[in-house]
Amino acid sequence: MIETANLLAILGMALATLACRAGGYFLFRALRPSPFLRAMLGYVPGALFVGYVVPALAAGGLKEWLGAAATLVAMRLSGNVAVGIAAGTAAAWAVWLLR
Amino acid sequence: MRARHFTSAALARGARRSLAIALGLAPFGLVVGVLAAGKGLSLVETGLMSGLVFAGASQILALDLWTHPAPILAVTFAAFAVNLRMALMGPALAAWLEKLSGWRLWGNLFLLVDHGFALAIAEGRKGERDGGFLFGAGLVLWVAWLACSLLGHVLGTALRPPRGHPLFFAALAAFVSLLVPLWRGRHDALPWLAAAGVALPVARLAPHGAWHVVAAALAGGLVGAWRERRQGTA
Repeated sequence: MIETANLLAILGMALATLACRAGGYFLFRALRPSPFLRAMLGYVPGALFVGYVVPALAAGGLKEWLGAAATLVAMRLSGNVAVGIAAGTAAAWAVWLLR
Repeated sequence: MRARHFTSAALARGARRSLAIALGLAPFGLVVGVLAAGKGLSLVETGLMSGLVFAGASQILALDLWTHPAPILAVTFAAFAVNLRMALMGPALAAWLEKLSGWRLWGNLFLLVDHGFALAIAEGRKGERDGGFLFGAGLVLWVAWLACSLLGHVLGTALRPPRGHPLFFAALAAFVSLLVPLWRGRHDALPWLAAAGVALPVARLAPHGAWHVVAAALAGGLVGAWRERRQGTA
């Protein structure tokens, strides 16, 4: 039921994530990070998801492009991540069925 | 004294307030379960991952990279890179956390997630400072997350969607959705362009692993911070 490599990968992810959650709190308490680092950390989340989404869309086709467009529109209108995912997946599904 | 910083009344209040958010989290959790089943993870492994990691975006990214045997270093690094944003949440909640210790502090740090953080920031503006509120909200989200990813695994195993099935597009849709609230305004345009410009060639040169994601995060962060410093000194 549990493979060693899978278990190690999950534990690695868990430790890395806990280090982020707790490390930030204790580090910022102990020392004040430079304004440059603080500004950089502010840009990291957006740039990271752009880095994931853009190559995936570039490698995709009509299904992915229309799905992404539907996701963006639904997200703008609703502000709810769940609605965005549902609308995008439904649009991708429609393209898949029609072809 | 400590009880005033962490009351059971506030815990119940936080749990109630996060119920609606937990419902919104459900499709996200289902996607994680379906993806995990698609990559051949067992139900127990899926539960372990959701229970211990408890961070949806990093789990989806890691499952996308998952191979057999598991790429331990790549997914650990991916989790670190995706969840680095959480390092900024703890400091922002210092007023809630600094009077706590032991399991109350560590429990709250472990349960820290985007949705609970957003709720706490909103409630904090109304004067809420009780660590119990944070804990109650996080606990409900954690239980919902675990339940939905397990349910997703059961569904994924039953349906066995083939590769290229639009159900897997949900993972990409989740990240596209997350881009919308992350867009803070026009000052994000240049860093995002830099991220895309770096991600495309790196993804082509190194198609295995999360290097294009890491390179994009660093490029966007550096470009944004550099420009802020230049504008600050000019």
